[in-house]
Amino acid sequence: MAKVRVEFRNIALAYGKTQVLRDIDLTIEPGEFFALLGPSGSGKSTLLRVLAGFSRPQSGRVLVDGIDISDVAPWRRDIGMVFQNYALWPHMSVRANVAFGLEERRLPKDVIERKVAAALELVGLQEFAARRPSQLSGGQQQRVALARTIAIEPKVLLLDEPLSNLDAKLRVHMRTELLALQRKLGITTIFVTHDQEEALSIADHVAVLDGGVIQQIGTPMELFDRPANRFIANFVGTINLVRGRLEKTAAGAVFDSPLTGKVDLPATAHAPGEAEIAFRPHALSITAADGAEAPGKIWIRGNVAEREFLGEFLRYRIAVPGADIIADQPHFGGGIEFAPGSRVKIGIEPSQLRLLTG
Amino acid sequence: MARRPNFAQAALALAIGLLLIVFLVIPVITVVYVAFTNSDGSLTLSHFFSFFRLTLMRESFYNSLYVGGMSVVVSSIFALPLAYFTARFRFKGALLIQTLGVLPLIMPPFVGATAMLLLFGRNGSLNLLLGEWFNVNLRIMEGLNAVIFVEALHYFPFILLNLTVALNNIDSAMEESAQNLGASGFRLFRRIVFPLAMPGYLAGAALVFLKVFDDVATPLVLNVTNILAAQAYYRINSIGIDDPIGYVASVIMVVASVAALWGSTWIMRGKEYATLQRGGSTLATRRLGPWQAVLAYGWIVFVLLLVLSPHLGILLLSFSRVWSYSIVPEAYTLQNYVTVFRDSPQMLWNTALYCGIAGVLDVLIGSAIAYLMLRTRLPGRQLLDFIASGAVAIPGVVLGIGYLRTFRDFSVPFADVPFTSFWLIIAFAYTVRRLPYALRSCVAALQQVHVSMEESAQNLGASSRRTIFRIVVPLMAGGMLAGFVTSFLTAAVEISATIMLVSATSDAPVSYGIYLYMQSIAGRGPGAALGVIAVTLVGAGTYLSYRIMRARDTRFEAHQALK
Repeated sequence: MAKVRVEFRNIALAYGKTQVLRDIDLTIEPGEFFALLGPSGSGKSTLLRVLAGFSRPQSGRVLVDGIDISDVAPWRRDIGMVFQNYALWPHMSVRANVAFGLEERRLPKDVIERKVAAALELVGLQEFAARRPSQLSGGQQQRVALARTIAIEPKVLLLDEPLSNLDAKLRVHMRTELLALQRKLGITTIFVTHDQEEALSIADHVAVLDGGVIQQIGTPMELFDRPANRFIANFVGTINLVRGRLEKTAAGAVFDSPLTGKVDLPATAHAPGEAEIAFRPHALSITAADGAEAPGKIWIRGNVAEREFLGEFLRYRIAVPGADIIADQPHFGGGIEFAPGSRVKIGIEPSQLRLLTG
Repeated sequence: MARRPNFAQAALALAIGLLLIVFLVIPVITVVYVAFTNSDGSLTLSHFFSFFRLTLMRESFYNSLYVGGMSVVVSSIFALPLAYFTARFRFKGALLIQTLGVLPLIMPPFVGATAMLLLFGRNGSLNLLLGEWFNVNLRIMEGLNAVIFVEALHYFPFILLNLTVALNNIDSAMEESAQNLGASGFRLFRRIVFPLAMPGYLAGAALVFLKVFDDVATPLVLNVTNILAAQAYYRINSIGIDDPIGYVASVIMVVASVAALWGSTWIMRGKEYATLQRGGSTLATRRLGPWQAVLAYGWIVFVLLLVLSPHLGILLLSFSRVWSYSIVPEAYTLQNYVTVFRDSPQMLWNTALYCGIAGVLDVLIGSAIAYLMLRTRLPGRQLLDFIASGAVAIPGVVLGIGYLRTFRDFSVPFADVPFTSFWLIIAFAYTVRRLPYALRSCVAALQQVHVSMEESAQNLGASSRRTIFRIVVPLMAGGMLAGFVTSFLTAAVEISATIMLVSATSDAPVSYGIYLYMQSIAGRGPGAALGVIAVTLVGAGTYLSYRIMRARDTRFEAHQALK
């Protein structure tokens, strides 16, 4: 199967006065496993529906393999979509569900039979062909929905919240399976999710949407390590934010806030003035208030307000003047623990600080 | 919640069970028993052989099935496009279609049948016009066609309403996934949308079949006597209560009705309703294209004209002095209304009395059964529901014959009147016939009341009796009112059992009065006038109860939002 590129060009869409998508410009490379990540109402599902042809943008074009398909009817697009609730037709058997798209393409009977069998084999449901969808478990229903879509050999595969209707264990299992299947077929795949862990774990690239606007596009690691703005920093993982002022110097920049004092930063394109720095809870170290201060770190004094045990690590909420700072410490036999109320010092490595805009 | 059955519940269930057995089960079993036994009580099939040896009976049998089946077909032709338009297109016709749906149900078909003859008959308005202009004559109102046409026109709303609800329940993802896989247009409708709405269609179709099978008065008004209901009525009325042929006809009618009901569920066995998932959206509606608009509105106007024709027809007829061989009446008068006001106060009072009794009893029995079903674990509670709902499959003529036979040796206590000619028997027949509908609204009403509302009342110290009267009944009141109104209004136009059970003119309700008037040419005018009065009252009642229900709904809306 030829791998295709998908391009959104300046897509804007509104329902009445509600602007759902604004100026979306996005290119998805051939064969990529691409995630659209965002909170509910961010427009990510709408963008998927624009590609499938179910929502018409007021302006902008959609290109698949370089060809403009903006005015093509949904049933002529050859873009397979797996719906969030699977949308299996209850009046048809599993086999009939999978055969549907092939029949609509007027393929000869024997070809349909072969392709249905192949699709069902791919998802491991050969024995269930005669059953009705209602006789299958949630995970099996999803495989049928997947087989039904793959059977038509679409140019692009769309998955709308593919794992949201599965329980936690199955979700983790299915996401690796989805990835394996995608790699095997090599088909350009776009999936929508509100679960950042899901997006980070399997996607090649992620576009984060909020308020109908793309906030950042990048690999999972880029999003996590270099969040472009406050929204991304908060939405992807957990983060601490400190407000202050940025000043440019000959050597680079200096960030100044009552909490951190003056901190030297490498040269930045960021304009001087109001600014915010961010740092991850797991990049912090905690010592007792009278402990030794390792050089090169920024030290902040505070009180342990709360302690949460999360298995692999302990999460402390530490009250510092004017704010709370979240700090994660790995949990292992013999590790040091701090009880709520303890006076502690938080150590921050300057290289872990990220300057944020917006 | 597991409440242990207690004495009061058991007593209630027993009382209702007894009522149902006496006024539904035993009469039906009696009819079946008589059909299968000789006069000495031995089992036999000979009555069935004699039945099918009679040419008239064979003919009636086929005619009944034919009229029932064809009425479903013609109803579908009216209803399918209308349901399709509302589900598929955004247009200002939804209210129109709703109205269209309710209108024919307010007036039973036999009332308008005479007017339909005058409008669409061989020498009716339409054919006089067509003859003048094109020299053609349409045979719409001839023989069985007349019955099929009139019945379909009155009962197609059952299909329309059920189908529309079913279409509105389809999740848009069902349709979109089919489009995504390459289906579109009519193929999409045929392969995905219609099959998913099938349960709604079949439920409506079965109801149409039942109603048509049940109807004895419309064929008689239209001079069609060779169908089962009419034959059963004639045999018992003219030959006598012991004539077995009438019972055989009755048994066949019951079997056909049960088969229609059972068949509609059997086809759907193992296929569940494709109901809307939480948070899903309904099918997308499009704006009508220009030629689609012409087609859609054209069809709606055409059907609307047909639907309104019996109403307009009896209105014209009620004001006419003479109306025959003319497009509209030749002379107008108010005399018909004068006649009716002189003759009919007794009938109006009788209708109010019988239907009032039936409505109250239906709501009481209906809510009691609903409570036993949903709130207790009493053994046999499902059976009560099953029997009460089963009344829907018993044609009125059959129930009437069953009453006449079962109670022929009983007389009313303290009065030397045989029970079979006592007016109360009509009210009981109405109660049993309308119980299935009242029961459904009571069950729906109680399902709305979450058990936790009762539990919190009990938690705050209310006994279960106090809880019922202070919490359950007030919250159910809307549904109970709806049940009462439905029972009352539909009983007011009941004719099939009435025709069997009215023994004296002084006991006759309005529906019987209309039927009687329509039997003679001279009575048509007054009959139409009485019909207009009845339809106006029923229509006003329906509208009023709709308004009350709406007011209630908005009052409870804020509360519902909290759930």
